[in-house]
Amino acid sequence: MNGAQDLGGMQSFGTIIIEPNEPLFHSEWERRAFALTLAMGATGSWNIDQSRHARECLDPVFYLSSSYYQIWTAGLETLMLERCHISRDDLETGKDVSNTTKPDRILQPQNVDAVLAAGAPASRKTVTKPLFKLGDRIHTINEHPPGHTRLPRYARGKSGFIDRIHGCHVFPDSSAHGKGENPHWLYSVRFEARELWGNSATVNSAVYVDCWEPYFETN
Amino acid sequence: MSKSHSHSHDHSHLDDTELRVRSLETILTQKGYVIPETLDRLIDTYENKIGPKNGAGVIAKSWVDPEFRERLFSDATEAIHSLGYSGRQGEHMIALENKPDIHNVVVCTLCSCYPWTVLGLPPIWYKSAPYRSRIVVDPRGVLTEFGLELSDDVEVRVWDSTAETRYLVVPMRPAGSEGMTEIQLADLVNRNSMIGTSLASQPGATK
Repeated sequence: MNGAQDLGGMQSFGTIIIEPNEPLFHSEWERRAFALTLAMGATGSWNIDQSRHARECLDPVFYLSSSYYQIWTAGLETLMLERCHISRDDLETGKDVSNTTKPDRILQPQNVDAVLAAGAPASRKTVTKPLFKLGDRIHTINEHPPGHTRLPRYARGKSGFIDRIHGCHVFPDSSAHGKGENPHWLYSVRFEARELWGNSATVNSAVYVDCWEPYFETN
Repeated sequence: MSKSHSHSHDHSHLDDTELRVRSLETILTQKGYVIPETLDRLIDTYENKIGPKNGAGVIAKSWVDPEFRERLFSDATEAIHSLGYSGRQGEHMIALENKPDIHNVVVCTLCSCYPWTVLGLPPIWYKSAPYRSRIVVDPRGVLTEFGLELSDDVEVRVWDSTAETRYLVVPMRPAGSEGMTEIQLADLVNRNSMIGTSLASQPGATK
């Protein structure tokens, strides 16, 4: 979706604020928001693509005027409301006041290290062969789906070259909508800056974007 | 908007957020979905155990151990795992080699993907709209804001982390670091040099 999250190429956000000796968390609530998001993520009630989609569906004005942990918190509320893990009444009263559906798994303290160390690899075994090889010229589709996609606007309808073949990975456009993992071959594609930005391009520069096979035109 | 107005607005916004997060924690704890000790452990992991020191160790080793360096560029996930770093947000690692004529820099324009296993949690600027929007269209301008001026004959490669692959920039070993030990070298590897918005620190310079 062409939401507020798709920022690449926009130019009006001003200078980058670099905070010297930045602390990892700026306040206690950021610590808690971070940990709540990870702990609830470990329940398995949603996948990473669904959590990204919940964040990018937030109101664009809220998204652009909020810090990242504020965005995480709002996304977490959305995901839990959708699955009836919490209710609006709970949120309004700030207490557990309603019967809700419990997640299948609860992250136990003694399992934290193992869960983090295991991660959640996105690669999948396949019997298919990649349609493209290193050095192939590809052309990306120019589609604007209303749902989740990881093909940024700036890289749509552009020509590039296959730089790496990463393997067969879960396809976010499908996985974010509960339509299964639908794994596809994933590539790193090199786009010359001039192809993306025309005469405004920075000299001697290129952008690499990870693209799944359905992001390429195949004729 | 005046500065004072902007400040007071941010302040009330934050108070609301603090309350909102506190309520959420209360609700989830009462329902038994989260355990306080679990939360503490998650926070402790990223505050004290996983951070850019991990990545600095990887880079320093790649500067002194040619066999490890080769493995790092052929299978970064395995090479990094062999030093004890693996897992969440580092499942599919790619190491990018900076050279005299090639400079790599990493972004996630669509969210905030970042190689947690080697760098920990990202700084605010990495997640901010100014960086995410502009690094792909004006990389030299952005790098200048970080104090990094590259000549036009250095090719700038920007890597947008749109999938679950996570990128670690391997900065060039600075001149004058000959004879330093691996541990001393790791001190030269600042976090930004592994994102690509800085070079490795010069020996003797403050990090």
